[in-house]
Amino acid sequence: MRFPTRTSPHVVPGHSVGGVMRQVLYALVPGTLAMTWFFGWGVLVNVTLAILFAAGFEALMVALRRRPVLDTLSDSSAILAGWLFALAIPPLAPFWVLLVGVMFAIVVAKHLYGGLGYNPFNPAMVGYVVVLVSFPREISLWPAPQSLLDSNSLGLLQTLQISLTGRLPDGVEWDAITRASPLDLMRDGLVAGQTVDEITRNPIFGSFSETGWEWTGNLFLLGGLWLLYRRVISWHIPVSMLLTLATVAGLFWVIDPGQFASPAFHVFSGAAIIGAFFIATDPVSAATTPLGRVLFGAGIGLLTYVIRTWGGYPDGVAFAVLLMNMVAPTLDHYTRPRIFGHSDNRHG
Amino acid sequence: MHLHRFHGGLELPGHKAESTGQPLLPLGIPHRLHVPLAQHIGAPAVPLCAPGDSVLKGQRIAQAEDYIGAHVHAPTSGRVVEIAEHPVPHPSGLNALCIVLEPDGHDQWTDQGLEPWTDWRQRDPRELRERVRDAGIVGMGGAAFPTSVKLNPRPGKRIHTLVVNGAECEPYISCDDTLMRHYPEAVLEGVRIVAHLLDAERVLFAVEDNKPAAFQALTQALPEDERDRIRLISIPSVYPTGGERQLIRVLTGLEVPSSGLPADLGIVCQNPGTLKAVRDAVVRGRPLISRIVTVTGPGVREPRNVEALIGTPFADLATAAGGYAPGVDRLVMGGPMMGFAIADDAVPVIKGTNCLLATRPQDTPSPGPLMPCIRCGECTRVCPANLLPQQMYWFAKARNFDSIQDYGLFDCIECGCCALVCPSNIPLVQYYRFAKNEIWAREKDRQKADLARERFEYRKLRQEQEEAEKAARLARKKAALEKPAPAGEKKAAIEAALDRARAKKAAQASETPIESPDPSDR
Repeated sequence: MRFPTRTSPHVVPGHSVGGVMRQVLYALVPGTLAMTWFFGWGVLVNVTLAILFAAGFEALMVALRRRPVLDTLSDSSAILAGWLFALAIPPLAPFWVLLVGVMFAIVVAKHLYGGLGYNPFNPAMVGYVVVLVSFPREISLWPAPQSLLDSNSLGLLQTLQISLTGRLPDGVEWDAITRASPLDLMRDGLVAGQTVDEITRNPIFGSFSETGWEWTGNLFLLGGLWLLYRRVISWHIPVSMLLTLATVAGLFWVIDPGQFASPAFHVFSGAAIIGAFFIATDPVSAATTPLGRVLFGAGIGLLTYVIRTWGGYPDGVAFAVLLMNMVAPTLDHYTRPRIFGHSDNRHG
Repeated sequence: MHLHRFHGGLELPGHKAESTGQPLLPLGIPHRLHVPLAQHIGAPAVPLCAPGDSVLKGQRIAQAEDYIGAHVHAPTSGRVVEIAEHPVPHPSGLNALCIVLEPDGHDQWTDQGLEPWTDWRQRDPRELRERVRDAGIVGMGGAAFPTSVKLNPRPGKRIHTLVVNGAECEPYISCDDTLMRHYPEAVLEGVRIVAHLLDAERVLFAVEDNKPAAFQALTQALPEDERDRIRLISIPSVYPTGGERQLIRVLTGLEVPSSGLPADLGIVCQNPGTLKAVRDAVVRGRPLISRIVTVTGPGVREPRNVEALIGTPFADLATAAGGYAPGVDRLVMGGPMMGFAIADDAVPVIKGTNCLLATRPQDTPSPGPLMPCIRCGECTRVCPANLLPQQMYWFAKARNFDSIQDYGLFDCIECGCCALVCPSNIPLVQYYRFAKNEIWAREKDRQKADLARERFEYRKLRQEQEEAEKAARLARKKAALEKPAPAGEKKAAIEAALDRARAKKAAQASETPIESPDPSDR
């Protein structure tokens, strides 16, 4: 009797790229729902639109490159990039901000470099930085956190209308519904010569940061811990990034608590948590050796603090990630683990 | 005993119970035996018989000519039908020379076989090693390296520890488990013989903790007063603990140097099946002509262990295991991780055949489309050699053979952990095998080129020498001519030269056509 021959291993395959990506998507759900609860329907509208745009651009690029469209879409990587990008965009931003950002993420950052697995830079962050520097007004208008139950919160249809037309419903003013984020307040306050104490006396601050941001961060943290538990991501990058951010922040805070915000404020504000667990851990553009990952995460933590404290933008996670993407191959080269049976780690 | 751990590895479902439920079944003599000449690492053995010869059981029918080689013995009595190329279990799928034996059914032992030695404690290591070689014993864990070579460490290497590798870490395989459960005394006797041969002070006998019955059988068979010297150690079931270097690390915490051997640490590692074969060869005078094989997997109806003669076709093994289950589409020699698929179940059991695994499409589904590497690093996490499989994959793909060696290609033991966890379904081990083979091929080419260059340089040297000699001769001749020679002598010399020229002409005329000189002019 004759048999076809196939290569080892002869077992049921355990993982797939699509499976990995989908687990990350599931882990994003609680944090995204929390964001929606505090910042309104715009979050869901943005996520939905960004996913549609991302899938559309992905399909277009894959078709142009004459690759199987459905196989590629089913790996869910474009959906993930679109979703992560959308979470960085203010919930009431016009749709074309999403369109431009997603276009840069998928077309330029991903497919022009060879598609999945070949992009040196994190696509979602490339898209975000492009819109951040191109459309500063649209990107800075964050709605004030309020639960969906509040009487003056915008409904789904009103939100859709704002997204599509860019115009507010009659009787609603931008000033009334938007508010500076804690990071903005901290930055502007310090620039204006206020102390940290004076700034955090503002009623929007909760225990560390702003209530809505805190809860969003907690639920993203929950999703991130689930990813760690499922071994979708390793501990190296998130732990070293948050630890470095907290350590550096703690150092300056101990020196002068009036001029520098607390470590807890830094960890629970802005994109620190979601960045640590969901963005910096993008395997394609991160370092891959264990020590390389620790250094990669530490670099992001450090740069985030530097940009937040002395840079021109209130948050620095996106820039920090892109800057560290640049050095990831070098980190990998110099952090090779010691091979079994070798006494040093330089030669194989 | 304090155990250590190695980096990576995987906890895999064992699938051992499938084949250990049934008792060990000795298989009968098959209708025809195909006994390959190359069942081991090293040069193929050279036949000592010719088609038509009658041979007796245990008779040496092929001889190892090289130090690294193993003799082959007739598994039963019968007639040699032919010595020809037939399918053999080899990853290449190529045919190889086999002695085809038609059994006569008498199963009659040769009377010129090996003499049983019950007094082996009085024999010196050289004699015992010679016996191991005479019995054609190779490592029976699968690698099939000649055991007599492994038991002969380089001069100056003192062996203090014998490690017995009863880990059997690959899923499905249970032949060592079966052996240890059925023949614990024989295995321990083999341990004593080899420890005596090596003059080793202690024996570390490791069994994975998923084989409690085997551990129990060995414990009962081991006398109290020997337990200090021969230590039975239950080790965690982590794939690939059964790798020699991994096992030594687990037991001793030491790492065998990359380009060295366990003997460099004073350790020799042996498989229990090999030790039983050594014992049979020494105490009973039996050469290696049969072995225990696990026939298992969802592709056979009644998985079990069988004791089969070397040369028994795989098809007979499948029949002994209740026949193929419907839809069977893959036959693997070895385990699911490192085994290779067999194209034809006519291939025979060889000395290194530990397992025959049969599966159906639903057990080993096609892994789905090949995806790009997303650099997730799972392969790095599970690599027991602490390599960076993903970087090596890029280098292999780019044919960057210098860098891939720098990243430890030859430290890869091809255990397959990386390929198993890869979410992109990249057959990583195949890339490393490809790179290794390319490097070996290039090395061979380089050696050829070196040889050619040496030849060329030698030829140039020779031509220069000839030129010099010619010039010297001419100079001598000139000097001689300038000296006035006696007239008679001169005339005789001219006559002789003319004679030579005539003879040469005649010779040239008779041998037509004149062959052009060999251009290579070696």
